[in-house]
Amino acid sequence: MMNLQDFLTMRHELLLILVAVIVLIGEIFISDKSKHVIINLTIILFLLHTIVGFLPIQEGKLFGGMYQNDLFRATLKNILNIGVFIILLQSSAWIRKEENHGKISEYFILLLSTLVGMYFMISSGDFLMLYLGLELATIPIAALAAFDRHKNNSAEAGIKLILSSALSSGILLFGISMIYGTTGSVYFTEVAANFGKESLQILGFIFFVAGMGFKISLVPFHLWTADVYEGAPINVTSYLSVISKGAAVFIFTIVLYKVFGQIAEMWNILLYVLAVLTMTIGNLFAIRQNNMKRFLAFSSIAQAGFILLGIMGSNQAGVTSVVYFMLIYILTNLGAFGVVSAISNASGKEDMRDYNGLYKTNPKLSLLMTLALFSLAGIPPVAGFFGKFFLFTSVASLNDYKYYILVLIAVLNATISLFYYLRVVKAMFIDPSDNPIPYFKTDTHARIGLLICVFGVFLVGFVAAIYEAIYKFSSLI
Amino acid sequence: MNILSLFVLIPVLTIIGIILSRSHNMVRWVALAGMFAQLVTAVVLLFAYFAVRNAGNTDAMVFYQDVEWFKTLNIHYCIGVDGISVAMIMLTGIVVITGILASWEVTYLQKEFFISLILLATGVFGFFISIDLFTMFLFYEVAVIPMYLLIGIWGTGPKEYSAMKLTLMLMGGSALLMVGLLGLYFNSSLDGHYTFNLLEIAKVHIPTNLQMFFFPFLFLGFGVLGALFPFHTWSPDGHASAPTAVSMLHAGVLMKLGGYGCFRVAMYLLPEAAHELGWIFIILTTISVVYGAFGAIWQKDLKYINAYSSVSHCGLVIWGLLMMNKTAMDGAILQMISHGLMTALFFALIGMIYGRTHTRMVDKMGGLMKVIPFLSVVYVIAGLASLGLPGLSGFVAEMTVFVGAFQNPDLFHRVATIIVVSSIVVTAVYILRVVGMLLFGPIKNDEYLSLKDAKWFEKLSVGTLVVAVAGVGIAPLWLSNTIMDSLTPIVERLSQVW
Repeated sequence: MMNLQDFLTMRHELLLILVAVIVLIGEIFISDKSKHVIINLTIILFLLHTIVGFLPIQEGKLFGGMYQNDLFRATLKNILNIGVFIILLQSSAWIRKEENHGKISEYFILLLSTLVGMYFMISSGDFLMLYLGLELATIPIAALAAFDRHKNNSAEAGIKLILSSALSSGILLFGISMIYGTTGSVYFTEVAANFGKESLQILGFIFFVAGMGFKISLVPFHLWTADVYEGAPINVTSYLSVISKGAAVFIFTIVLYKVFGQIAEMWNILLYVLAVLTMTIGNLFAIRQNNMKRFLAFSSIAQAGFILLGIMGSNQAGVTSVVYFMLIYILTNLGAFGVVSAISNASGKEDMRDYNGLYKTNPKLSLLMTLALFSLAGIPPVAGFFGKFFLFTSVASLNDYKYYILVLIAVLNATISLFYYLRVVKAMFIDPSDNPIPYFKTDTHARIGLLICVFGVFLVGFVAAIYEAIYKFSSLI
Repeated sequence: MNILSLFVLIPVLTIIGIILSRSHNMVRWVALAGMFAQLVTAVVLLFAYFAVRNAGNTDAMVFYQDVEWFKTLNIHYCIGVDGISVAMIMLTGIVVITGILASWEVTYLQKEFFISLILLATGVFGFFISIDLFTMFLFYEVAVIPMYLLIGIWGTGPKEYSAMKLTLMLMGGSALLMVGLLGLYFNSSLDGHYTFNLLEIAKVHIPTNLQMFFFPFLFLGFGVLGALFPFHTWSPDGHASAPTAVSMLHAGVLMKLGGYGCFRVAMYLLPEAAHELGWIFIILTTISVVYGAFGAIWQKDLKYINAYSSVSHCGLVIWGLLMMNKTAMDGAILQMISHGLMTALFFALIGMIYGRTHTRMVDKMGGLMKVIPFLSVVYVIAGLASLGLPGLSGFVAEMTVFVGAFQNPDLFHRVATIIVVSSIVVTAVYILRVVGMLLFGPIKNDEYLSLKDAKWFEKLSVGTLVVAVAGVGIAPLWLSNTIMDSLTPIVERLSQVW
């Protein structure tokens, strides 16, 4: 029997739905002229929600184990919350524009409902809930990608996203059905107990990896990424590349460890190949990009390859390194996207060549961008270095020659990535320009967002307590 | 607070001071004051070190401090020094302050220049005080990355190309290092309580096959920074394009990180592999030494000449280390210090000459002795130190290396020694040729007649370095003995039969 008390286990989800509902009601009662109020309203409500998320939670399972919440899963949700909060701040200037006037609350409601989907996905205790959460997380994003519907490429992004998501969901479901057919259950614990390494089960598992591969945009399932990232409005792109990807990585890790833990040796080989492909191809394509959004899209594909290394560690330190890296990645990538978004809002420019001479006109933004890019490349003293180091430590803990070679490939890839990150730095600091982007003042919201990123990027690296806390929770996976 | 932490703290405070500075003049004075404080701390450290040793402390590392950082991974902020690190810290202190003086008249983005320069120095100081390999690697990377901006923004010539090449090659080197370091970490203990602490790992015997696997990664990784052939190609381009102070710091100190890492990490922790695989690297460094020297002969650009000569001299450092006896290693470390001072002096002078004549091509200049006698005389002194004139630092170092190297009785080592010794002649050729063409003979350009000799800060900068070069040359024993004492555990571990 469930009572009200039990429902509070889902506090994160309930609160978030409440926020979305309040925004929806606000939309009805706020007059057309003062719709801007909704922006601040949402941001404040979401901030409260984020803070409440850190309060002690009630652990437990609901719906016969379909849903479960514990400190580990709450931490994952909190990490996503921080990212979404920054994105809300960054989208303020964009959503305020005349062309979006009638769609302010739509944006926020869609954004929040995808987040609810991700919460359910992270908290899922069986494949059905996982699938439900995944769909809830994906479909509103397609609408968001097509948000600038008067622009051709935005509409294209929307349709591309929905088609490739449908395909990947299909593949995922197919895999789940095979697993269900051979093990007789969709619950994670029961599947794990009945997993007998039969070939049909393995096939189901491979379909599952392929389906998740689409969501995390691993090579060779990455082909939708660049076009969607380029076409979608920039804040949606940042949402896709950090929050969406983050949630998918989290649940992918959880399922691999909890359900397919017995065949860790098998998926280690699979991930080995995927990681090498993803890092290398993501990097090589990123070198050729001049559009900043496409550039960051390919860079984020490459980053996903690094994350796989952490997953391969197959132990508590491995989970920790993945979660820790995702936290850093969210802060870092949002820093980079924040700058791109601020520049795009102020001048409409998104090409790398337009960034020439930016340091002369906008030194603070340039420095921020440099920090973010260094962190993405894994250069100390910013947090990216620690994140990458621990990912590599995780895979090296298998202590086998072939994994050391993988580390070598990964760090060489990090070096390649440094090449294209430095291209942006070069544009901003070194290349002269006749027509640099003139000085502009970033709006207060975006500034706060960027400040959080900067502090985060320094703090998360040096404050070991954050790592230790994640390590402690990771035992609950 | 531990005196060693000051070496990281002072630069950070200096950087904050520079950020807060209001005027052009204030920025450079703050930078100078900060680095002067750093040098004073280095001197204090030197005497404190002697005091501790005289008091009978025979620990491998003194001023040891161990602060837990990432608990579950057993990563510590662990610092400590022995005689070698103290000597390297002194070297860095001197080169950094002379570098600041040499860039006294930088005006373009001055604040950013000094910040990057001091950040670079922070990395170097941090590297030399680290005992924990994680911290060491962190500082290593901190030292490498400001180079890109320093060369790319303030450099000359094909600066973007050189900056990118240098950064990528060094980061590629750190990719190798990363593998080696993780290999050490995960083999540092049998019971799963892994550590990055150098001294702890040194107590463990890592199986030979693993040593053979990881040694090339570590040695090459550090070797790239030490301009080991064939990974030296970043060095001539990088040094030639870099602004004066950066060339000084880079050739003078940063390249020493490579040599330092080679013996402190690769050889010390993987002694068996060092013996087994040493011959490969002896061949490579022999090529470095000879090739660098011949390369220098063909160059016409002063900076390229000195960059190739650095390849040659740094090759000698690693070569001497690989001879694996106390005398040769002592000489190699003396060579690090001697070359650091000497090459910094060279690059400072080249920068100053270039600032006046606006060319670095040897054949376009001539007779400078008549117009800028002070700089010219110092150039001759630097040249003589470089070709190993007794009484200056170069002689002491090279002599010790060769004496040590010849103690190896087998044919291979002796042939290598003879080849390397012969490079001294080549060195003399390129040094004397440049001195002759540049300083003597007729003045080729009438505009040079109105050149002014060194200003106060330039005099102070090169003067400090000349005093240091002569100091090491005239009274080498105290330095040599300090290094020798600290080499004992390393050489013992290298000669131990497992």
